[in-house]
Amino acid sequence: MIEAVGLTKRFGAKTAVDQLSFQVRPGHVTGFLGPNGSGKSTTMRMILGLDRPTSGHVTINGMPFRDLPNAQRNVGALLDAKAVHGGRRARTHLLSIAQLSGIPEKRVDEVLGVVGLQDVARQRAKGFSLGMGQRLGIATALLGDPKVLLFDEPVNGLDPEGILWVRNLMKQLAAEGRTVFVSSHLMSEMALTADHLIVIGRGRLLADMGTQEFITRNSAGFARVRAAGTGPDGRNTLGTALTKAGGRVLQEPDGALRVTGLELPVISDVAHEAGVRLWELSPHRASLEEAYMRMTQSSVEYTSSEDPRAELWEPEPLTVPEWEDGPAAPEVPRTGFFAPPPPGAGGAPFLMPSDPGKLASAAGNTSPNQPEESR
Amino acid sequence: MSSFPAVLNSEWTKIRTVASTTWTLVAALVVTVGISAGLCTLFNSTFTEMPKEQQLTFDPTLASFVGMSLGQLAMIIFGVLVVGTEYSTGMIRTSLAAVPRRGELFLGKLTVATVLALVVGLATSFLSFFLGQAILGEHSTGIDEPGVLRAVFGAGLYMALIALFSMGVAAMLRSSVLAICILIPFFLLISNILNGVSATRKVAQYLPDQAGSRIMQVVPGAMDSGETPYGPWGGLGIMVLWVLASVLGGYLVLKKRDA
Ligand SMILES: Nc1ncnc2c1ncn2[C@@H]1O[C@H](COP(=O)(O)OP(=O)(O)OP(=O)(O)O)[C@@H](O)[C@H]1O
Ligand SMILES: [Mg+2]
Repeated sequence: MIEAVGLTKRFGAKTAVDQLSFQVRPGHVTGFLGPNGSGKSTTMRMILGLDRPTSGHVTINGMPFRDLPNAQRNVGALLDAKAVHGGRRARTHLLSIAQLSGIPEKRVDEVLGVVGLQDVARQRAKGFSLGMGQRLGIATALLGDPKVLLFDEPVNGLDPEGILWVRNLMKQLAAEGRTVFVSSHLMSEMALTADHLIVIGRGRLLADMGTQEFITRNSAGFARVRAAGTGPDGRNTLGTALTKAGGRVLQEPDGALRVTGLELPVISDVAHEAGVRLWELSPHRASLEEAYMRMTQSSVEYTSSEDPRAELWEPEPLTVPEWEDGPAAPEVPRTGFFAPPPPGAGGAPFLMPSDPGKLASAAGNTSPNQPEESR
Repeated sequence: MSSFPAVLNSEWTKIRTVASTTWTLVAALVVTVGISAGLCTLFNSTFTEMPKEQQLTFDPTLASFVGMSLGQLAMIIFGVLVVGTEYSTGMIRTSLAAVPRRGELFLGKLTVATVLALVVGLATSFLSFFLGQAILGEHSTGIDEPGVLRAVFGAGLYMALIALFSMGVAAMLRSSVLAICILIPFFLLISNILNGVSATRKVAQYLPDQAGSRIMQVVPGAMDSGETPYGPWGGLGIMVLWVLASVLGGYLVLKKRDA
């Protein structure tokens, strides 16, 4: 169990971690998400007593890491896979770390086997690929057979097979009742690995909830419907009928319709009754990645600056079709296909605004790569 | 419960498994012994051409250690690299994430490295002495002459202390490059220049290397060394104070700063 209370770290004027409070429970894989520079590594370093918090504190099983007796048997960490003397062989590197806590040499060979490095155990670490280095780092974390494990971006540089392996390893460690805390900036990866998510942006807590809850809260589904033919007639008839049936409809640039609020069979029935043939009727889910981007957008520090030619290839914005006349127009679906709201719009960046109209008006004047307004 | 012997064990594994340990220590020995032997050959062949005063104060023991002024540079690099590579490679964080007892880790590393430097230092000083005396022939001295054994042991101690001093400096600066860029010019040039100029000499004689090397001298005033207000052990004591200050500084930096 890791517990942070009001954890804050400032480097000069820069606040890297800002009043962070959270708990990481045993038996779960807890994902730690945030864009580049959001303070994930700094938080992990504070958990491990490498950096001293400016204020607040963090404990592992009720004790600061520096006060833990036999720390290595309680906590294992992969912080930086490159933090190895390149001239040393993999096995002697692990051995030197193991000896710090009197861990027997046999265990070194064991963990080398677990991470699949037994064949290169006698090679110098400087010749290791990114993925091999990452495996060596994971081996270091496993040495003491610890109850609490921290991994800072463990899949960085791993091939798909390696990613799958890490994913299963994390799950297995958690299933054994250990506390597993994994950082990443890939939402999609965390959605598959973690059952709990802690999301930060600019050092602040943005979300702390179960992965399932995060998904249902932050991604909404829609159906894409395409009326037969290229003319607007079928599309308009269908749009009107769907709106009447209680659906919310938006038109995509190529003429397809995005429908929310209606189940697929209902859409099919409505189209049939309206006498419109369909070329497409497909279910879609706004991706989790999209939801995550929207959540952290206002807190991204290093956005690429706007390309002056962006407008040349910017897609036509979604339009409210003409049958959506009058006051019905703002009734747009609560989905993720809008451009994200401008930074700072709304108090809670990760939840959709309660008034959909607000979003619609925001979407009208926001380009997808809106640069950050202040830094 | 792990303890200090475990840390020593780990540090021994670390130090013996990097190439820099071997080449710096071998260089310290070879350079010291080689240059000393070369200069002893020169002294021997030109002895009669030396001024009378120099002939009278000729110190065969000290003469067999002259190469140490260059050999010590390899010792300095050894000391700096032992500590500095922990920072440049990030190994320090890996170690501290495993064992957060910073003081113990620091002390363990310094102990292992200093003992190793002492062993190599003593091997160097004895080898250098006996080879030098063999070359000097009729101008040589014996290990049983008064003060000679002290000087030979002292030379080994000096090398270990200079390595330890460098470890402390590297820990304070947390960078090998920075530490080497400061220590090498200092011990190679600055300290000697300051001690050579009579105006600055009063102060310079208290610098670690100037004070410490007094222990290798058997004949007072040999090689234009002039009078010192301290004896051989007093000089070494001054050097030990310098070393303690540097080690303490390194310890405090490690203890207080973010790793
Ligand atoms: N030692 C330091 N001195 C000054 N600033 C620092 C230091 N360490 C981190 N920072 C700053 O603190 C912020 C958080 O950095 P941190 O490395 O924790 O981010 P991160 O979430 O791990 O990012 P990434 O996803 O790129 O690994 C950054 O803006 C960084 O520049
Ligand atoms: Mg990081």
